[in-house]
Amino acid sequence: MPSWSRFNIASIVLGFAFLYLPIVLLVIFSFNESKLVTVWAGFSTKWYVALFHNQGLLDAAWVTIRVSLISATVATVLGTMAALALVRYTRFRGRLLFSGMVYAPLVMPEVITGLSLLLLFVAIGFDRGFWTLTLAHITFTMCFVAVVVQSRLLSFDRSIEEAALDLGATPLRTFFEVTLPIIAPAVFSGWVLAFTLSLDDLVISSFTTGPGATTLPMKIYSQVRLGVTPEINAVCTILIAFVTIGVVVASVTTKRREVQRQRDEQAAFAGR
Amino acid sequence: MTKLGSAIFRRLVIIVPYAWLLFFFLIPFVIVFRISLSTTAIAQPPYVPVFSLADGLAGTMEKIRQLSFDNFTWLAEDALYYTAYLSSLKIATVSTLLTLLIAYPIAYGMAQAPRTLRPTLLMLVILPFWTSFLIRVYSWIAILKPEGLLNQFLLAIGVIHEPLIILNTNWAIYIGIVYSYLPFMVLPIYSALEKMDHSLIEAAQDLGCPPITAFWKVTFPLSVPGVIAGCMLVFIPAVGEFVIPDLLGGSQTLMIGKTLWTEFNSNRDWPVSAAVATVLLLILVVPIVFFQNIQAKADEQGK
Repeated sequence: MPSWSRFNIASIVLGFAFLYLPIVLLVIFSFNESKLVTVWAGFSTKWYVALFHNQGLLDAAWVTIRVSLISATVATVLGTMAALALVRYTRFRGRLLFSGMVYAPLVMPEVITGLSLLLLFVAIGFDRGFWTLTLAHITFTMCFVAVVVQSRLLSFDRSIEEAALDLGATPLRTFFEVTLPIIAPAVFSGWVLAFTLSLDDLVISSFTTGPGATTLPMKIYSQVRLGVTPEINAVCTILIAFVTIGVVVASVTTKRREVQRQRDEQAAFAGR
Repeated sequence: MTKLGSAIFRRLVIIVPYAWLLFFFLIPFVIVFRISLSTTAIAQPPYVPVFSLADGLAGTMEKIRQLSFDNFTWLAEDALYYTAYLSSLKIATVSTLLTLLIAYPIAYGMAQAPRTLRPTLLMLVILPFWTSFLIRVYSWIAILKPEGLLNQFLLAIGVIHEPLIILNTNWAIYIGIVYSYLPFMVLPIYSALEKMDHSLIEAAQDLGCPPITAFWKVTFPLSVPGVIAGCMLVFIPAVGEFVIPDLLGGSQTLMIGKTLWTEFNSNRDWPVSAAVATVLLLILVVPIVFFQNIQAKADEQGK
């Protein structure tokens, strides 16, 4: 039986304080009356009000949301296919190169990915803007989706699939009616991960975007370079709230489904 | 029928993502390499030669002769690049070790936690990873500034009498990297420790082994795969990091990611930045291949 010593508890508490304190402070100072982000001068929501009059920021937010929605969706389809290819087909020509191309983007420094994609777009004469941005985001997020879905597929009981195939279902039908419902939570969390990564990206976006397609992180970055203001804290707080709610909702739904599935399974066994 | 269907399905599932990654991930590297051999020019795009199908064989051969390794010679001769690569490697190494030192006790504590509490702790480690990287780096500026929150706190409790200068030094970069990459180190170590069989420790202790020795002789060796995976996940991206040195580091801090960015965005020197990227990639190829082998092994074990 593992023992939970005082040392263990202390390291967890300190570790989590380190992880969360900066974010908490950022949120607190977004409600600061003063223009300074380090001196508390009373509660105010004026920075949030100011945001809604900042047209440049709102436009950037809208571009970011559209890019993230499209790229996360395409990346989820491609990433799920890549995961299936890696887990199900252990032998095909060029598999080593394929798995290399799936894992390498996970650790590849963003400056390299960004620069190389930009040079590709220039070489093929693709005008930079919204679509080059979206293509770039699909490319780097699909690998994260692939890894998430892959880990679910590895612990998957293939006999259910084989049963469907034996009973004459086509592979496509088997995939959509048997496999997909089971791996759905992983596919969904892959989508959420791709969405947030895309929402957040600065370096790859800066390289691959063109006129008229400025994303929120690019906007935040250019303002941060001029100085820290409560207005940026307010944007960040909204983004944090958005992501936190998304993640909590996603994990609660996944958990409910899991519980429901276990109940169904138990009911099925009991009824036998 | 089903057999044909399954062959088509198999083809589709492999070919579509494969083709995508070839085109958007691998081919771009070839282009980067090719441009690193060109010369800067005031043109659109800003380098020569530019290949085109209209050149014909002779024209293409002529242009190939114009390619040269001059940019690489330039990188080798200019101390700026040389120093930037070395200092990136140094900063990445130091911050990887610091991350390991901080992450290990957290991962260990999580693995020792009551089983019911573990999913919540896991969720709490992953959650910051979902919030914006840029925001998390930004939040440290207000903390580390000379008149920032950390100095205010330390002055108030009387530990220091003069504000510490942390922002715009290498220490700020270390803090930024450790903070941003901590979850990447905690998760693999935790998953290695969690799988561990506790009866091994009990056996060691029953045989009279003191707890600390038992840790070093039993627990730690078993967690090594997690430690290595975590170190790779921190070290490789940290070498090419741009946002952290740019926002938290000072003007005297050289890191290669920042050099590449400046070369490209401010100096508009595409061939040199392509050469910088090529060399960076060559430096990182060994750790990347190493990381992939670990990843592939983990997949085998998962089956």
